[in-house]
Amino acid sequence: MREQLEGSRAVAETIGRCRVQVVPAYPITPQTHIVEAVGAMAKDGTLPGCEFITVESEFAAMSAAIGAAAAGARTYTATASQGLLYMAEALFNASGLGMPIVMTVANRAIGAPINIWNDHSDAMSQRDCGWIQLYAESNQAAADLHVVAFRLAEALNVPAMVCMDGFLLTHAFEPIEVPDAALVDRFLPHRRPQQQLDPDDPVTIGAMVGPEAFAEVRYLAHSQLRRAEEVHAGLAAEWTSLTGRDVAALAPYRLEGADTVVVALGSVTGTLQDVLDERADGTGLLNLRLYRPFPNAAVREALAGARRVIVVERAFAPGAGGVVSADVQCALAGTDVEVSTVVAGLGGRPVTTAALHGMLDAAAAGYLPRFDFLDLDRPLVERELAHLRGGAS
Amino acid sequence: MTAVKFYQVGSRAVGNRLLDPAHRTRQADPQRRNALNSGHRACQGCGEALAARYVLDTAVDATGGRLVTVNATGCLEVFSTPYPESSWQIPWLHSLFANAASVASGVVAALRATGRPDVRVLAQGGDGGTVDIGFACLSGMFERNDDVLYVCYDNGGYMNTGVQRSGATPPAARTATTEAVGTEPGNPFGVGKDAARIAMAHDIPYVATATVAELHDLEAKVRTAMSIRGARYLHVLVPCPLGWGTGTAETVKLARLAQLSALFPVYEARHGTVSSVLPIREQVPVEEYLRPQKRFAHLFAGDGRPDVIAKLQEIADRNVARYGLLSEEH
Amino acid sequence: MTAFEIRLHGRGGQGVVTAAELLSVAAFLDGHEAQAFPSFGSERMGAPVTSFCRISSTPIRTHEPVSRPHAVVVADATLLHHVDVFGGLRAPGFVLINSVRTPAELGLGDLVEQMGESQIRCVPATDLARRHVGRPLPNVCLLGALAALTGQVTRDSLESAVHERFPERIATANVVALDAAYAHVRSPEATHA
Repeated sequence: MREQLEGSRAVAETIGRCRVQVVPAYPITPQTHIVEAVGAMAKDGTLPGCEFITVESEFAAMSAAIGAAAAGARTYTATASQGLLYMAEALFNASGLGMPIVMTVANRAIGAPINIWNDHSDAMSQRDCGWIQLYAESNQAAADLHVVAFRLAEALNVPAMVCMDGFLLTHAFEPIEVPDAALVDRFLPHRRPQQQLDPDDPVTIGAMVGPEAFAEVRYLAHSQLRRAEEVHAGLAAEWTSLTGRDVAALAPYRLEGADTVVVALGSVTGTLQDVLDERADGTGLLNLRLYRPFPNAAVREALAGARRVIVVERAFAPGAGGVVSADVQCALAGTDVEVSTVVAGLGGRPVTTAALHGMLDAAAAGYLPRFDFLDLDRPLVERELAHLRGGAS
Repeated sequence: MTAVKFYQVGSRAVGNRLLDPAHRTRQADPQRRNALNSGHRACQGCGEALAARYVLDTAVDATGGRLVTVNATGCLEVFSTPYPESSWQIPWLHSLFANAASVASGVVAALRATGRPDVRVLAQGGDGGTVDIGFACLSGMFERNDDVLYVCYDNGGYMNTGVQRSGATPPAARTATTEAVGTEPGNPFGVGKDAARIAMAHDIPYVATATVAELHDLEAKVRTAMSIRGARYLHVLVPCPLGWGTGTAETVKLARLAQLSALFPVYEARHGTVSSVLPIREQVPVEEYLRPQKRFAHLFAGDGRPDVIAKLQEIADRNVARYGLLSEEH
Repeated sequence: MTAFEIRLHGRGGQGVVTAAELLSVAAFLDGHEAQAFPSFGSERMGAPVTSFCRISSTPIRTHEPVSRPHAVVVADATLLHHVDVFGGLRAPGFVLINSVRTPAELGLGDLVEQMGESQIRCVPATDLARRHVGRPLPNVCLLGALAALTGQVTRDSLESAVHERFPERIATANVVALDAAYAHVRSPEATHA
């Protein structure tokens, strides 16, 4: 049933329908509404048998999640920004141990300077932690992707994070069809752990692995993560046949015959669709929902016909350049496609249709820099740089 | 007829044939689980390996085999699981250095959620992983009163990484980061944490300290702990021949001297109040405990440091007073 | 069809975020597509807060803030000369201000002349709320007034949205206040110079 509700609420209700069994939770803006709602559901019986643990930090949250998953329970948590970093050690541990935990990341900037608003620097900073990373462009996609994520994670024993833009999606009221309980039950069976902590069949989990075996163990983890692309494709097709909604790894828009293609993740892709409709000038869009594993071949194929690609991203690699665009450029290696990187929306700065039009006009006129920051106050930074260079002595 | 007290019924008489079988230790039983089986790579004379075996075998027996263990990073974890081998014959999980207590909380929740509330959870780690880096997680588990028995094997330092100082390192002890140099050689006075007392301050159902010298006492405490639901803490003194610079055959003796000198008080507490102590019949001067340990050698070299020894004696005497450690009978 | 875009200004604690949400729910119940979201500063009482709502006949995909509103709601008149509440307002525009004074008395004479008297209205929302609900929370009243002024949502759907959101007793009181504000805007005598 379609309803007008807050993104966080929709995610929480979806999590409930996924019959999660253990939820360790620590609050951080802008994820709070999700864990509050899940906590209430666990307490009032809407989510029966769910153990909701109010832990003392995000590190504790992910640690408790590891314990719960190791003991065979379907496990979920949510975080953002500083919280994701605080549990960073545990993220690597979870993926290394093969724990199929699902986590919502309500994308938020990382300090210093402290900033509570949306960008992708949190999840991007953990792109190599061995987790599957999915990005939702709308609250509907966020709800759908969580269901898929549980099945994906449990099929592969690889943890998955579902990323949704903090505030822009988490705190937005939109029409959403929260996946119906019967449908979720049909799509998502009970978890059947491959191994778990069980006195009747003891196993040692978390042994020390030395130089003689470490590389092989890591290679196998990499292979498993790579498999996620194929498994996700199958699950996405199944989801579409059940709901009519798309959660595929790549979502093209006006891509056919496009000369210039914008690649982006998350809610900005919605704004971009409006912009491209207004232009109707042969510019296309590739919305990436699956970022890890990076769908190299699929991206290369999708962008094959373009002359120019502009990666609009909500994070960047200080001292280096783009993050997603590095992966895109890798996928396009050997082709003639020109790739530009535009960093937009850092720390919650709105990404406006006006600014995006400006960016595409510049690209069309041939003066979009290879690496650019959208809506940067250039006079201000130039003054400051001049001051630092000249004035400080 | 006066009852005859068998003072020697402790570790010196493990499985003492004078004892009723029902009162013998778990270690005396050939049918014990050997939760930590032989073949691990611990140093000769390792107090932690000894304690872990005692503790886990008892816990397994007390729970009818329905036990899961979570282990912090440290000596025990490293020497017991050199891939592809494992010494553990029980379900065992190692995650990170700081999080054994949190992981255990998660396991407890999962066992309940998956319909196995009869399976119990024991978390364990060294002093570094417990009182320093693991402290936030430990305190969190305590304040939630999660149904976990946390066992800390305290050898007073980060031994696995080369004997560095921890919050449990005793004053004046030499470690690699508190060398026996300068005017105040070894670990400073006035620093450090008393984890057992902090555990008591959380008002959890059961806190106890123990050593590897008194096996009956240690096993009894594990049994008591496993009979209780809620957060429980057991702090076990485990000498480390390498880190302490002691003879590998002296481990049990050193543990006993630590207890008899009152530098390591042995007691139980319920909901924040001391409920019993292991009494000391004859308090041993701290010097007798310190002298065999190379980590305190600087207190005896040349003219020695009688002033430091006196300060340590003060600490011991304060423990006697605080906990009422002296036995009524002499 | 371009979405009808509303921007609401207020201070923390006046329910401006909730207002946008309720508005979007009402529009949804009317059969439209709707979107509402806040622009957060740090979440403290009294700090300026802005929220946005879009109403459309086609799915709303953009997530940028409303920079060119068709309607502006000002829940706190003290913001008027502090924050650029009218920035980007599209002609002819609708403006609704929570105040017992008239737009001219609030120093908005030029705006009245530019937009036309019927487009810019004041409503004593805090007073109405205090009277009917017992709390000086102007948000629901302002929605009633907005419905009357713009016709973008129906009064009945607002009532449903309010009942969905609040417990019975509070919802009922709020609907009375909402109706009072609605009537205030509708009645010809209420038109001020």
